[in-house]
Amino acid sequence: MCLAIPGMIVSSQVNNGIRSGRVQFGGITRETCLDFVPEAVVGDYVIVHVGFAISRVDREEAERSYELLESMGLLKGELASDLEDS
Amino acid sequence: MKYLDEYRDEKIARGIVVQLARRVTRPWVLMEICGGQTHTLMRYGIDEMLPGGIELVYGPGCPVCVTPLEMIDKAIEIASRPDVTLISYGDMLRVPGSRSDLFHVKAQGGDVRVVYSPTEALKFARANPGRKVVFFAVGFETTAPANAMAVWQAKREGLENFSMLASHVLVPPAIRALLSSPRNRVQGFIGPGHVCTVMGYREYDDIVREFHVPVVVGGFEPLDLLEAILMLVTQLEEGRAGVENQYVRSVTYEGNLLAQKVLADVFEVCDRKWRGIGGIPESGLSLREEYAAFDADRVFGTEGVTAEEPAECISAEVLQGLKKPTDCTAFGTRCTPENPLGAPMVSSEGACAAYYRYRRHAMAAKGSN
Repeated sequence: MCLAIPGMIVSSQVNNGIRSGRVQFGGITRETCLDFVPEAVVGDYVIVHVGFAISRVDREEAERSYELLESMGLLKGELASDLEDS
Repeated sequence: MKYLDEYRDEKIARGIVVQLARRVTRPWVLMEICGGQTHTLMRYGIDEMLPGGIELVYGPGCPVCVTPLEMIDKAIEIASRPDVTLISYGDMLRVPGSRSDLFHVKAQGGDVRVVYSPTEALKFARANPGRKVVFFAVGFETTAPANAMAVWQAKREGLENFSMLASHVLVPPAIRALLSSPRNRVQGFIGPGHVCTVMGYREYDDIVREFHVPVVVGGFEPLDLLEAILMLVTQLEEGRAGVENQYVRSVTYEGNLLAQKVLADVFEVCDRKWRGIGGIPESGLSLREEYAAFDADRVFGTEGVTAEEPAECISAEVLQGLKKPTDCTAFGTRCTPENPLGAPMVSSEGACAAYYRYRRHAMAAKGSN
């Protein structure tokens, strides 16, 4: 559960003063809080940890890290949820 | 796959290993703090690639592994109540408590659910006002801002059916505790890249000054880790001890100030027991008094629950870098990821689980020769 996964912001909106959006990780998208990365906009890549973006990274960095996690078979467990539909 | 190659290029890796071999004049013991880094090191066999004399040991950086037994027992007690939905991260369900685990509670009809984010637990609480929704929050500084934000939101919305069983731990006090131990062997640390993405690496300045032990914040790619090892060995061989940042792609000196602010608004530093290690002063986070109404420990009166750890599992020594998982007589036989005796075998970031996954077959082959 402690891994951080890079993904691309595909949407962004503000609800109740909190900015969130969908972030795409390969074929899966997840609701993600974007409040800690005010500089990141739709199309940007962010490192996401337990549903919160913690830093903005460039695309190359994001793709590289994503592929590494995927190659180690760690993605599925990390994004597992009983409550959210992919 | 273009980007993959750049950070996993075998030629570059060998180049770094050659440089390492040139610089090393004596043995050094280095520790990686983060379980994610352990995974990469094992997966790519980096520990076996290093010139003789450089030894890597695994640190306590798996939050699932260090969550104290009594916290698991508290979670089990709370989850067993018929009016409660207990929500946590997936790994937590299989961590053995004193007598049972959360998976067993679920199998017995308890409402235990897995999420990947605390935000989902909040959503569930909003949609189910008749349920008492408890989020079992573990993790290091990377996870703490997310969990803090969930409580902050719950308070703002007046979400009375939501509470949190918080068992957060902090990296710098754990490093201090390791370095202060008379049994310590570690001479340099690979700092946890994502913890430092949130917290920056300012906190390590004092540690380095006090203990004269270098810290290099490292990333998670094979070449990141090799480079961090080279930076550490260079410092050690030159007699220097400073904080350096290898993972500049994500980490800054100050870290993520917005995340740090939410964390500090909701949590305060407290003493914390670490599974297998014992109590470490000022090494955890608990909810501030103003959030007492959201503190599951108080809401459900579990504050008095304590537990004694079983002696059979050597995870204490593994988490302090004193022993390897394979030194354990139960490893791979009585203790497997399917049937774990101790927490480091449960989580995919645990040292025993990583060893089991990547070294079990090699060991078996060796043993049969």
